[in-house]
Order: sequence, then C-alpha cells, then structure tokens
Amino acid sequence: MGWETWIITTFSRSLAYGTPLLLGTLGEIYAERSGVLNLGVEGMMIMGAYSAFTTAYITGNPWLGILVAAVVGGAFSLIHAFTSVTLKANQIVSGLSLTMLGLGLSGMFGRGWEGKPLPATIPKITISGLSKIPFLGPILFEGQNLIVYLSILLVPLLWYILYRTRIGITIRSVGESPATADSLGINVDRVRYMCVLLGGVLAGVAGGYLSVVYRPAWTEGMTAGMGWIVIALTIFAFWNPVYGMLGAYLFAALYHLSYRLQPWVSPEFLKAMPYAFAILVLIFVSRGTLQKRMGAPAALSLPYTRGEE
Amino acid sequence: MDNSEGYAIELCGIVKRFPGVVANDGIDLKVCRGEIHCLLGENGAGKTTLMRVLYGLYRPEEGKIILNGQQVHMTSPRAALNHHVGMVHQHFRLVPTLSVEENIVLGLDEGTGPFVNFRKTREKISSIANEYGLSVDLQTKVWQLAVGQQQRVEILKALYREVDILIMDEPTSVLTPQEVDQLFSTLRTLVDDGLTIIFITHKLDEVMRVSDRVTVLRKGKVVSTLPTAETDKPALARLMVGREVIFRLEKSPLKQREKILEMNDLHALNDRGLPALRGVSFDLFGGEILGVAGVSGNGQYELAEVLTGLRKSTKGRVFLAKKEVTNCSAREMNDLNVAHIPAERIRMGIVPALSIRENLILKKYRRPPFSYREFLDNKEIEENARRAMSDYQIAAPSYETPVKLLSGGNIQKVILARELSENPNLIVAVHPTYGLDIGATEQVRQILLAQRERGAATLLISEDLEEIMTLSDRILVIFNGEVMGILDAESAEIEEIGLMMAGTRHKGEEL
Amino acid sequence: MKRRVGFKVERRPVASGRVVFFVSLLAIFAALVVAGIFFRIYGVSPIHAYQLILRGSLGSRFGLTETVRRVIPLLLCGVGLTIAFRALFWNIGAEGQLLMGAVAAAGVALFSGLPGPLLLPAMFIGGFIGGATWGLIPAILKVMLGLNDVITTLMMNYIAIYFVEWLIHGPWKGPTARGFAYTDTFPRAAWLPTIYGTRIHWPTLVLGLVLAVVMYIMVTRTRIGFEIRVIGENPDAARFAGISQLKTTLIVMLISGGFAGLAGVGEVAGIHMRLLGPTNISMGYGYTAIIVAWLARRNPLAVIVTSLLFGVIMTGGDVIKVSLGLPFQLINVFNGLILFFLIGSEILLRYKISFLLRR
Repeated sequence: MGWETWIITTFSRSLAYGTPLLLGTLGEIYAERSGVLNLGVEGMMIMGAYSAFTTAYITGNPWLGILVAAVVGGAFSLIHAFTSVTLKANQIVSGLSLTMLGLGLSGMFGRGWEGKPLPATIPKITISGLSKIPFLGPILFEGQNLIVYLSILLVPLLWYILYRTRIGITIRSVGESPATADSLGINVDRVRYMCVLLGGVLAGVAGGYLSVVYRPAWTEGMTAGMGWIVIALTIFAFWNPVYGMLGAYLFAALYHLSYRLQPWVSPEFLKAMPYAFAILVLIFVSRGTLQKRMGAPAALSLPYTRGEE
Repeated sequence: MDNSEGYAIELCGIVKRFPGVVANDGIDLKVCRGEIHCLLGENGAGKTTLMRVLYGLYRPEEGKIILNGQQVHMTSPRAALNHHVGMVHQHFRLVPTLSVEENIVLGLDEGTGPFVNFRKTREKISSIANEYGLSVDLQTKVWQLAVGQQQRVEILKALYREVDILIMDEPTSVLTPQEVDQLFSTLRTLVDDGLTIIFITHKLDEVMRVSDRVTVLRKGKVVSTLPTAETDKPALARLMVGREVIFRLEKSPLKQREKILEMNDLHALNDRGLPALRGVSFDLFGGEILGVAGVSGNGQYELAEVLTGLRKSTKGRVFLAKKEVTNCSAREMNDLNVAHIPAERIRMGIVPALSIRENLILKKYRRPPFSYREFLDNKEIEENARRAMSDYQIAAPSYETPVKLLSGGNIQKVILARELSENPNLIVAVHPTYGLDIGATEQVRQILLAQRERGAATLLISEDLEEIMTLSDRILVIFNGEVMGILDAESAEIEEIGLMMAGTRHKGEEL
Repeated sequence: MKRRVGFKVERRPVASGRVVFFVSLLAIFAALVVAGIFFRIYGVSPIHAYQLILRGSLGSRFGLTETVRRVIPLLLCGVGLTIAFRALFWNIGAEGQLLMGAVAAAGVALFSGLPGPLLLPAMFIGGFIGGATWGLIPAILKVMLGLNDVITTLMMNYIAIYFVEWLIHGPWKGPTARGFAYTDTFPRAAWLPTIYGTRIHWPTLVLGLVLAVVMYIMVTRTRIGFEIRVIGENPDAARFAGISQLKTTLIVMLISGGFAGLAGVGEVAGIHMRLLGPTNISMGYGYTAIIVAWLARRNPLAVIVTSLLFGVIMTGGDVIKVSLGLPFQLINVFNGLILFFLIGSEILLRYKISFLLRR
C-alpha cells in the first residue's frame, strides 16, 4: 500500500472511529465542567448501542435507533444526576454502579441479538466535488456519514456555548465555585442536571453510532472500554471541546494504528497510550497556575449544599 | 445632612436572631442619600448581619426596610439588586478561573437570552470604569489579579447592575495603603455622582477620613449616630467599647515566674498570601495570662497557628523556654507540651465520629502509657477517659459516646481535658468560651485560671473584650498584624484598648 | 376529632450499628426485588431462581468450592479496600493491582530460577510488591501533586491490562491455543496446593482470613490504625494533631495494593498456573471488591461475610446459566443494583423519618 493511501486510510478510519469518542467526550466535558464526575459513561454507551440496534432492527429505521439511544442514555444519566446532585451521594460509586448496570442489562437482554444483521443503516455520503481535494478530500468527503459531520459541527457549537455565552459562563461558575454561583442566584442543581443529561444523551448517541453505523452489529460488551477512554480524553482535552476533538481523533488513530504498526510497535503499547496520556496531563496541570489555567473544574465530584453564611 | 430629600435607607426596628444570640436587637438606622455612612463596631456588634439583612441574605424576625420612602421586602440578593442595592463582601464572590467581564456578567439576566453581547458589555463596563477611575483589564482571569483589583471587579459588578446604594463590608482589610487611597477616592467620586455608600469598618482612622456620618453598634444595638465632623477618635472608641463596669473574677495575685515564651519580630502570611503578622514581638511568663485583643482578622489566628506549628513564619524567631522552636511542626510543638485550644472547635479540635476516649488521646496516642510499640493500650485509654470525664465534669452517657453528640460546652471540655492533662507550660487558647452557655463559660474560665495558678503561661486570644479584661494579667492589642501596645490589665482603660484595636498606637503615637 | 398523620424529616446525628445493618439489608432486599422483575421477564419465578442459586452455590460440593474459590480474591481485595476507603483514598484500581501482582508472581515462577521450596513464598512476596507498587504510584501522585485518586487508579487499571496483554503476546508468550495467548505453565513447585478435588488454593484463603483479622486489629488497636481513622473522619483534626497525611496515605495504599497483588498471585498460582489474558485472570474481582468493601462498611472482619455473599452471587451466575439458561450478565445487573441501592439508601442513614400521629 502506497504511503499516500496509507495515510488517507488511517485518517479516514480515525474519523469514523473517533466519532463516538468525540461524542462521548463532548458530553462528559459538559458534565464535568458543571462539577459532576460521570463514571457511568461506559454503561450509557453500551445501553445506547443495544437500544439503537434493537430499535433499528425492529423498525428498519436506523435514525430512530439513534434517537432511542439518545433517550436511553439520557434516562440513565438522569439517575446519576439524581443520586449525585439531589441525594448528594458519592458520585464515583454512583457512576460505577450505573456502568455495571448498563453492561449487565445490555449483556443480558442482548443475548439473542448477536449475529443478527442490520437491515439498513444510515447511508454513506460521498460529496463528489469536494472529495477530489487532495488528501482532505478522500478523508473527509468520501464514505463518511451524517453523524460524523454532525459531531464535527457540534464541536464549534459546544465550544462557543461554553466560552462565549451566558449559559457557558454559568456552567463554568457552577463547576468552579458553586457557592459563588449560588449566591448570585444561579440554580446550581438545575445546571448540573442539564449538563449531566447532555452527557448521557451524547453518550447514548455514541453507543448507538457504534452498533448501527460503525460496525454495524451488536456484540455483548462491544464498547470495549470506550467509556473509560472518554474519561481519559476529557482530561486530555483540558475540558475544552476543541482539544477534545483533536484528542478523540488522535486516540482513534492510535487505536487504528495499533494493528497497522504491529511489526514495529506493540499494539498494547499504543492502546495503553490514552490512559498514560491522561495521567501525564494531570501531572502537567497540577502545578499552581497551570491548575487554574487549564486544570479540572475546582468543584469536580464534590456535592454542593448551601451552607449557612 | 440635608434630609429634606428624604432618607435613602431607613431600617426600623430590625431584629435578627440566630440560635443562642440576638445579632441585631431592634436597630434603627437612617442613611441619607449621597452620603458615606460608616457602621462602626467591634466583633459581634452586628454590623455585617445588619447589612446582610439589607442585602437580602438574611430575613429579619422583625422590622422594616424602607428605601426612598417605600417599604420593601428583601427576599434575596436578587431582590436587593432589583432595588438597586449592591454589596461588596469581605470575601469576594468571584469565580477565579473566569475573566473579569465574565464575572461581571455572571448571574445577570439582561434579556438577551443565552447570548452575551460582549461588545456592548465591554463598552458599558469601560465607560463605568473610566468614569470612576476603576480601570481593569477585562479579559484577564480573576485569579491573576491583585487583591485590590479584584475588589474593583466587585465594585464594577455592582455598578454594572446600576445600584444606587453600595454596601462595603470591611473593604480595606485586604488592601495596601496605596490601594486604600485609591478606594477612598473612588468612593468620593461615586458619592459625587449620587450613590449612597454604607461602609462597615472597625478602623477609626477610616471613619474619620472618609465618612460623613457614623453609626456605632455595640452588642446588636445602636449606641449612637453622629456626623463625623462632630466627633473624634477617642469619643468613638468610647462609644464602641462602652464603659459599663467589668465584673472581675476572683483572681489570685499575679505570681510571674520565669520567661516561657519569647517571640521576636515574627512575620507570617495568611492563606491568601498577604502579610498577616508584621513583626510581632513579645514575652510571655509562667503563671500569667496574656490576653490578645483585636478585631477579628488582624492576625491573631495566624499568631496562634504559628505558635502551634500549623503555619510557617516567613521571618523572626520563637523561643520556648530558651529553646528555639521557630517553624517547628505541629507534632513537634505537641511533643514540647504546647497546648492548643483551637478557634474552630468542631472542624479542627475533635474528630466528631470518634468516641470521647479516642478524642482524648488524639495527641498523646503515640506516647506511653497509651501505646506500647505500635499497639494502643485500650485499658489505659479507658482509664484516662474515666479520669478526665470526672475531673472536668464532662456530661455524657459513657466514654464511648461519639463526640459529635455532645453539647458545645462538653466538647470544649473534652478538648480542654485533652490539652491540659499533661500540664503544659504554654497554652494557646483561642475563643475558648465562644458559643458556650453561662455555666460552661464559667467552668472553662475557672479551668484556665487554675492552670495559671499552676504556673502555665497562657496566650488568650479572644474577640470578647470583657473576657480578655477579666482573665488577663496583661493585654496585648493587635491591629493589622502589628502589636499596638501591651498594657497591664488592672490599670488599662477600656477606651485605650478600643483605640488601639482600631488602629492607634499606644501612648498617643498616631498610625 | 381530627386525626392528622404526617411525617417529619430530621437529620440523624449518628447512625447506630443496628440502623446501618438494617439499611444494608434493605438495600440488598431492594436489589433482590428488582432483579426478581428481570427473572420474571424470562419467565422464571424469582423465588425459584434464588433457591437454585443458594442450593447451587452452597448446597452442592462443587458449588461450594466454586463459591469459596471466588471468595478468595474478593476477600483479599476487599480487606485491602476497606483500609484504603477508611483513609478516604478511593482506590478503584484494585483490578490493576491484582494483575500486577499476578505478573510479578508469574515472573518469579517462570524466570527467577529459585529452588523449589522458595518459589511460592517468593511469588507471594513478589506479588505483594507488584501490587503495592502499582498502588503507591497513584498515592504518591495524590499526596505530592494533589491528583485525583479515582482517575489515576482507574487509568492505571487499563495500563496494567495492556501490560499483561503485551507480556502474553510478546516476551512471555507461551504456546498458543486457538487464539488464546498465555505464558508457559508454571513449574510444579510454583503451583499452590489445593484442597483435594477442588480449585480452592487454601494457602491464599488462609492468608486472606488471617489478614482480615490482622487488619481489624490494626484498625482498632494500633497507632497507625488510629491515625487512619482520624484522617478518614476529619483531615483537619488530623493535621491539628500532627498526623502526617503523606505517611498514612502511603502506608494505606501499600497495604491495599499489596493485598490486591496477593489476590493476583492466588489466581495465577492457584487456579490457572500460568499468566493469561487479563479478563481471564480477574473476572472483575477488583471492581466487585469495591462493593464488598462498601457493604462491609469498611470493617475488615465484615468483609469475610460480604465476600462470601458475593462469592455466592458470582457462582449463582453460573448456576442460572446452566440450570435456567439465563444470561450470566444478570449477575452484573444484580451487583449494579446492590451498589446503587446501597448508596441510595445512605440518605436513610443521614436522615431520620419519623411518623407523627396528631390528634
């Protein structure tokens, strides 16, 4: 395979595989920015994958499947929001239990669905004019699909909302200093619910994409730890949607390359990279000013109760 | 002040109660439009509480708030802002990682929905900033700003919301002298433009410098309201601390023994990195109680923390019985038998979920007879608990009871039992009777006096001036991290102390 | 005469042991009920299913041994986690620490060249060190740099998983059978003795029971145990008392990681006799141990009971698969439900609801 083709294929596959990573990360970024750590992403993704597949199979409509996945992911996340924000319970344990539940439920119900072929999936899109652009053309405009494009468009949108609108300022204040936000009349709980919900919806769609578009097929446990990569990615992205996009495609490329580069670099090494990177990033931002500049939202994973002055 | 225009603010009969204390006891206050009105008082006088009522953070049990002739119900800070009342708190309400303009706009509903027209915002902020000389780079993140600039952001926040009335709670406590000058000139400009300013302070200097009228509060009541021009510092000091007869406890005559503590030119920073102690020096002798008087926030807590190893000093030396202990750790000070009765009883002084007997050995568990090698000797610990509970009359079902179930007084007695049982030579006691009922307060004071009899040197830090005057042999007054003077307690005049607490150096030296 | 019934909710200052026990039972019961719904969906009576599980995991000789075999790693990991949780160190990384213990043991077994009798002790020591090292890294990162313990321990899990994968596909590759990769079989001297006819590697079991007791004594009767408890209850008071957060955190993770490492040794030296793929070594023991420790309310002795409970549950998964044709995954659902109801029920511990009857 010529070099050119090799690069194009790599990038093209990275785009495809990176899309669910991107969607999950965008959602988790918003949840964590509001101060809630959602370790249930893996569970929401797999439930999204399962519900999307079965819906698409039964109705023959892949888009309906994706929609149902979004709803299911959202519903799961509301449970997490309830325990974390309203009951103010331990967010870590809540998220873990939802992941266990998600993996268990999907594995349980999904037993009969393995190996079934999906009658229809969303169409591949090739834009003939644009696909002639050297390099970028074949990567971006040949054989991708609507969800890939939508997810790319989500990035500037979510970036803009987070950094340039009132909503974004509100979200960031809730995650950094909920007491201050509360004293200015902001409803901290409501903001957190909304952000966690967004995270769940996007995680569900990510899972649905996997089972309805990327494969398409259903296998038990098919998310294969993607949810945990999302957690790592959120940190790697410094909680910024744009870096999240770069990171998602980078990690997807690493995954794709892990098989390609097998003769030279061990695939396990590449697969472990995302996790190691996340720790390195955390170390990097741990020093004083860097923490404030690019670090985690200060109130992350801490439940907020209004105290007496 | 010309009141033909009507008062901007009238507070009538405000009563605000908290469990165990009446913070505001029927306060009447009238503030004229366009004046700078100072609220003066020492700790616990009720100034901040009163302003929080005005700002809608607290709801009063009784009383009315009348703004420009109309009664209003301040249900929340949002309501206050709707009535054009703004407040700059002592501890800023800013989100450090957001920029200045983002902080100014935070929580505001400008009717533009989710979008912020930053161009318009910047224009508006810039014009306000220029008008009042409050320049700040709008896009810097707040954590990068100096404290004085952060305060400007808070003021801009209020002005952006078009307030007519601005409340400032102890604004100069975090500023350098130059920043204080700038603040005062800003306030003058604001007032010239028609704003009304209420300024909470305990510093007489500032009252004289910047206010038109001043109201003195003491123990939740208004003592007097007067035009600043018609009074002076000594008079205000007298009003602030009062001249009622102090009930002196039965105290044996002072038997001063050898010097136990020597503190030399101590400097230290507070949690925000600002200087808290600026060259504190004093000696402390066995058998005496040295009371540290001062308004909260002038360095006394940092002093206690430095002495007990919980805070590092940046300069200066400390000697305990001739041995240098500068910057020793908490454990080392512990081993040197320094007792610490902390300001925050529950947060620092006890482990709430653990039992009484476990809390009693919190500091001594490493030493025999309570432990042998790695193991704790439970028999000894129980015996110790039994003894402590009877000696100190700690009322509880048993020594297994978790400490958090005890009353405030009993918790304090557990702490005292723990700290004092090894006959310490230095005791650092911070607000030992805060929040305790009369009976418990009595007991604690007796315990401290007994320690004094035994020959311990006690540093008593308290916001209760009466307590200091009653218990102490000598009184050190701290202001702005410096020692204003050390007086003999018997002969000290309370006005003198009041003056020092508010910034005047002893023996007439002006600050 | 009017009768008014209402209830008031007030904060409960301290939850007595009885209340805690009762609430835990309530959570398990709730999980049983909800799981019962799933049984119904498959057309199986939940009572029947639960009976089968109990009989299958405790009633038959084979079932009992399978249960005990699963209890061993749960016990070891669980005890270690109670110590970590007591010091408020959220060790989600027991899975990775277990694997690193297994790696160390495999390394010693296959390559150390030690004489026979020394092999097993060396493997245990190596396994402890392997797991402890893996646990100390996040501990150091937390104490020195303030890094979030949940995230670091979680990430370390995956690094460990891929490390094992690399070893068995790469430098330590042994014979490959049908796409599964594993190392050579350990020498005989490196095999843990098992109870005749079963897979219960009893030395590890005994080790686990002993350590549970030792840890209980440590927590209640020693100085370091006291320090751990103080830090876990009130870090400010700990600082006030001069307790070193650094030292205590490191010791705690040394223990927690080390114990998980021991569990890993048990698995590779007692069950598989070789280093396998990570999901074959640990069937999520590290994560299930979190529930084990949580349910035991951080009491090392209680872990003996809760690990038995989860051993039963895990064996129950096999039972329902074989006897009822139900998916094994139901067990994960059940575990998730228990954990979920446990934390949900904590609100009952914090608040007391009392009913008022007023005339």
